[in-house]
Amino acid sequence: MKMPVRVGLFATCLVDLFRPNVGFAAVKLLEEAGCKVEVPPLQTCCGQPAYNSGDFKTSRDIARQVIAAFEGYDYVVAPSGSCAAVLKLHYPLLFPTDQHWRGRAEALAPRCYELMQFLVDKLEPGEPPPRCAGTVTYHDSCSGRRELGVYEQPRTLLDRVEGLERIEVEDGEVCCGFGGTFCVKYPKISERMVSEKADCVRRTGAGALLGGDLGCLFNIAGRLSREGSSMKVYHAAEVLAEMADGPAIGKD
Amino acid sequence: MEPSSRQFPVRAHAALENPDLQAAMGRAKGGFIDKRRLALERIPEFDALREAGREIKEHTLSHLDYYLEHFEERVTQSGGAVHWAANAQDACRIVVDLCRNAEARHVTKGKSMVGEEIGINEALEAAGIERMETDLGEYIIQLADEPPSHIIAPAVHKTRQQVSELFHRHHRPLGYTEVRSEVADLVNEARSVLREKFLNADVGITGANFLIAETGSVTLVTNEGNADLTNTLPRVHIVTAGIEKMVPTLEDASTLLRLLARSATGQEMSTYTTITTGPRAREDLDGPDEFHVVLVDNGRSQMLGNEFHPMLRCIRCGACMNHCPVYSSVGGHAYGWVYVGPMGSVLTPLMVGLEEAGHLPNACTLNGRCEEVCPVGIPLPGMLRSLRRRQFEDGLGSRRARLGLAAWGWLARRPRLYRRLVDIGVRVLSLLGRRGRFRRLPFASGWTEARDLPAPSGRTFLSAWRGQAKGAVR
Repeated sequence: MKMPVRVGLFATCLVDLFRPNVGFAAVKLLEEAGCKVEVPPLQTCCGQPAYNSGDFKTSRDIARQVIAAFEGYDYVVAPSGSCAAVLKLHYPLLFPTDQHWRGRAEALAPRCYELMQFLVDKLEPGEPPPRCAGTVTYHDSCSGRRELGVYEQPRTLLDRVEGLERIEVEDGEVCCGFGGTFCVKYPKISERMVSEKADCVRRTGAGALLGGDLGCLFNIAGRLSREGSSMKVYHAAEVLAEMADGPAIGKD
Repeated sequence: MEPSSRQFPVRAHAALENPDLQAAMGRAKGGFIDKRRLALERIPEFDALREAGREIKEHTLSHLDYYLEHFEERVTQSGGAVHWAANAQDACRIVVDLCRNAEARHVTKGKSMVGEEIGINEALEAAGIERMETDLGEYIIQLADEPPSHIIAPAVHKTRQQVSELFHRHHRPLGYTEVRSEVADLVNEARSVLREKFLNADVGITGANFLIAETGSVTLVTNEGNADLTNTLPRVHIVTAGIEKMVPTLEDASTLLRLLARSATGQEMSTYTTITTGPRAREDLDGPDEFHVVLVDNGRSQMLGNEFHPMLRCIRCGACMNHCPVYSSVGGHAYGWVYVGPMGSVLTPLMVGLEEAGHLPNACTLNGRCEEVCPVGIPLPGMLRSLRRRQFEDGLGSRRARLGLAAWGWLARRPRLYRRLVDIGVRVLSLLGRRGRFRRLPFASGWTEARDLPAPSGRTFLSAWRGQAKGAVR
């Protein structure tokens, strides 16, 4: 008998703190595709705020913590391209002279995946395909797209959803202006960028915006909400798991 | 040019509020991006070409001493002279001395970013030498008394209307009384004003796109032909170039030329590509009596072999800034020095120091589009992060941000305590959030100034998960 694939879910701090529904949706999708999912209880964050602020010492401490908590699983899956990219591509760079930890980081790296990338590239999709009526547009997060090459996978999954029409957004390759601490360090520039993104998203005429990274989605949803738009924003996993019946991001 | 990169936030805000600048930038953005995309669609081997370009630059950089000396030998053989400038002051002194030796009163200049870097304009002015820019964009900003805002399109921040007004103001005393507003008319007017300056110039100063070690030649690309008039008409031609402009052979230069124009303007080739070797030879119909190349280090050799080494591959095409959402929002002047956009955010701190230019590596979302479009694959986001690291380790940057980060980092490394505190925090925040969001929140004003903050939904994922597991609901 084939053993089920053991997946450690790296929930990401934003899902953990703000939107648990995405975590449950990710678990459901992975289980439906035949995985045994565990959520290591001592996870906090991937360390990006420290890493992108140049604090490599804190980043290394956090990386060690994550590696130790997750290296026992067959795969590590995160419902975020940017967090998955940190685990996969950046942890090994944090230990240029520490052979022991570099080895452990490098052993983990090839087993780290963004959720939708994992579902499409490593698993068979669950049957029957999900249902969800409406038109949506999908926002690619920059890290997922450029660092991990996540582009086709979310589209493949969304195009299977019965009743769903997907519209491409104009200037989809342009950053939404989130950029982690960037958006609070340079709020005016970020505001300009997210306003332009919100314009493009609204012009699609779609009823909902989906994405794979809560950072970008919070940014765009927050802007749409500030502009009084009624557009709903969800993590794509919520739609794929048929768990988008609750309030959209930033709505009650 | 005196750096003023400390002013980045102030200048960026002003730029965001400046309708002329926004109109000019909005038009330029689409132009550069669409043209480049179309040019790349016509050349399926672009990725292979990019790899070839990267290899040429890497090879040259790892044997730079050899190629520099070889280049000097060839220039000397062809009757020219090479001058070595360790820093900006040396470079300016050398250029001014060459001008004085030639008893120059009038100098024409082709566009040179190294010229801006070393501050040659100020040095010439201090020496009482009249300078005339011959690149149309440089000429426009010379009239406006502004620095360039883009490395290949120095006046990209100006609207046609602004250029029309500038020309009218400056050209009226020369007898051009009519107000021109069509692009072709403006170009013709500038051409006619400049023609006389070309003929009067004693010295022509240009930059270089490539220095070719094999032949001791200098390659220049323009779309206006102004470099040809600058390097053939005056008695003396002076080239200022960074040492990283070196390539081994003509063949290598042509590979890089195929990358350069496509990445810069979406052209297959720029309109003029000029290769200059030495002063006028006996059989030449025209050319200068003297040919000088000033090779500028100014911090470049310090970058060889360290984490910023790949920056020396840069061929100054401007693709990174054309595709940068921050640059296209605020324009080049916000960066406060010669080099702007992503490449400038790496180079400026390395050349003028992180104390002055500390904002630049941070004013970036690390979205990676610059690296994606770079024709020589420079890992710009990685280098910006390295600069942030230097900054952090040197204790620079805002105290408040450092303290906030330290507190968060302390907690994130204590998972048990973290879990207890975030469980409480999330519960409190979800009670306070009205209608699923916050319109204003102390300590998060940077966020809530421009957008609502979604409120947490009551429990953290991990605690809800644990609850489910205990209740065996699943």
